Amino acid sequence: MFRTLLTKEFREWWRTWKIIVFMAVFLITGIVSPVLAKYTPQLLKSIPNLPVGLADFIPAPTVADSVAQYIKNTEQFGVLLVILLTMGVMAQEKERGTAAMLLTKPVSRSAVILAKWLTGMTIVLVGLLVDGLACFAYTVVLFEPLPLGAFWTLNLLLLVYMGVYLTVALLASTLARSQGIAAAVAFGGLIVLIILGSIPYVSDYMPGQLVAWGSSLVLKGDKVAWPALGVSAVIIAAALTIACLRFEREEI
Amino acid sequence: MIRVENLVKTYGPVHALDGLSLNVEPGAVYGFLGPNGAGKTTSMRILSGLARPDSGRAWILDKEIGTSGQDVRSLIGVLPEEPSFYGWMTPREYLRDFVAPLFGIHGQVANKRTDELLEVVGLKDDANRRLGGFSRGMRQRMGIAQALVHKPPVLLLDEPVSALDPAGRKEVLDLIETLRGQTTILLSTHILADVERVCDVIGIIAKGRLIVQARRDELLASYVTPLFEIESDNGFGHWLEWVEKQAFVTKVTVSNHTARVLVKDVHEAQNPLLESLARAALQVRRFEMIHPSLEDVFLRLTEKEV
Repeated sequence: MFRTLLTKEFREWWRTWKIIVFMAVFLITGIVSPVLAKYTPQLLKSIPNLPVGLADFIPAPTVADSVAQYIKNTEQFGVLLVILLTMGVMAQEKERGTAAMLLTKPVSRSAVILAKWLTGMTIVLVGLLVDGLACFAYTVVLFEPLPLGAFWTLNLLLLVYMGVYLTVALLASTLARSQGIAAAVAFGGLIVLIILGSIPYVSDYMPGQLVAWGSSLVLKGDKVAWPALGVSAVIIAAALTIACLRFEREEI
Repeated sequence: MIRVENLVKTYGPVHALDGLSLNVEPGAVYGFLGPNGAGKTTSMRILSGLARPDSGRAWILDKEIGTSGQDVRSLIGVLPEEPSFYGWMTPREYLRDFVAPLFGIHGQVANKRTDELLEVVGLKDDANRRLGGFSRGMRQRMGIAQALVHKPPVLLLDEPVSALDPAGRKEVLDLIETLRGQTTILLSTHILADVERVCDVIGIIAKGRLIVQARRDELLASYVTPLFEIESDNGFGHWLEWVEKQAFVTKVTVSNHTARVLVKDVHEAQNPLLESLARAALQVRRFEMIHPSLEDVFLRLTEKEV
């Protein structure tokens, strides 16, 4: 039963072009990040009539710039895309009536939620692999080889970071009866996490620290954020549990 | 087969179900009738596990609905009022790759069953078209097909023919006829002619309560109007004076060439009336005992309630 639900979810992502959009954005991010890091200083220097001496202040690009660009772009586009593509998955089924058709069959409601979550997480994982491989290859060509273990640990931390937003968006979609309300609740969750992430002391425990930790690993810094990893795991587990419990009790 | 006891369901101030009880015998085609808002769809949603009653209990094949470990969903096929599908799927994919495996039907068996059902509901030529482009009538046919995939012993059909054209309606009603005896069918509809055609037992619901449940023929017989209509080419003459004096006659009215004779008991009055007409040598063109239609009975019962 779970396999049937999972197959349906993957096919839906594929047949509705969502997976293509997702992979294309991640591939472009992976390619563009090191390229921008490498050539932005050169582009700036080539601007005509640049004040005398300013070009000397533009630093030469390094592998750190490539990693910083990669993290910034992946974080921004990734989170936005994850929310946009996940916020409708349950609300749409309820709004269109396909949930009612499905739930008259012998399926577990929690299995429906878990199939959607697992599909989303797998697609984010593959997206990060595509993104990371592209970035790794271009960084090697344009700069120097990245520390392999640290770079993939960074991507693993990005997966957990995006998993938080994916699970919160899935919860929003389960709580809402329409896609509009689901979007409002999902972006509300994003804003709350951003605000909490900007409060001193509290921010140490927020998922945003995972990105800083990953960056530090690649660039040989000393930042460690185990509490943020713990809190992120708790947010994912709690959001998933609430979504399952809520859907189990919901009247369709 | 289907048993419902004192179901109550409220939505805010609205009493959707107010102590509904009914009983559907095995193999019956049960017509579930009621005006809009009577509680038909709410009952269907509770029976199919999509909603929970505030109080009361319901069973399908002795399994109580809503009790843990008593999942009735593998025993039922459900057609909601407006069936919806994933627009990106084709009918073949929906039946073979999605619905059939959910009931544990896989491989060649699922393939064969899909072909059979697409043939039965007339969608064989559209088997590989996207469901997103289907008309309401085609979705209704597809809805019937998906309800039948696992050959369920109980079918819950909410307005199964409301979106179909006359030919499609006939095909679906013929299909229901073929399932008679093998499958217990609870069919909610507002098309009384269809109920009259296919249902053995009729339950009429109003304001969330069952107001009558009877076999179709018994229901019509119990609401028969004790009225004869007689049409004569040469008028009624002295026969009218005779008939008005009879003890079994309640009232006689005449307009043009038609006499309407209201009697106390149709069976008691039938033979004396026929004999008297023969004796009076009237040129009788029509002698008819007026039968009520299901619509008359339905309106009489529901208007009384409302």
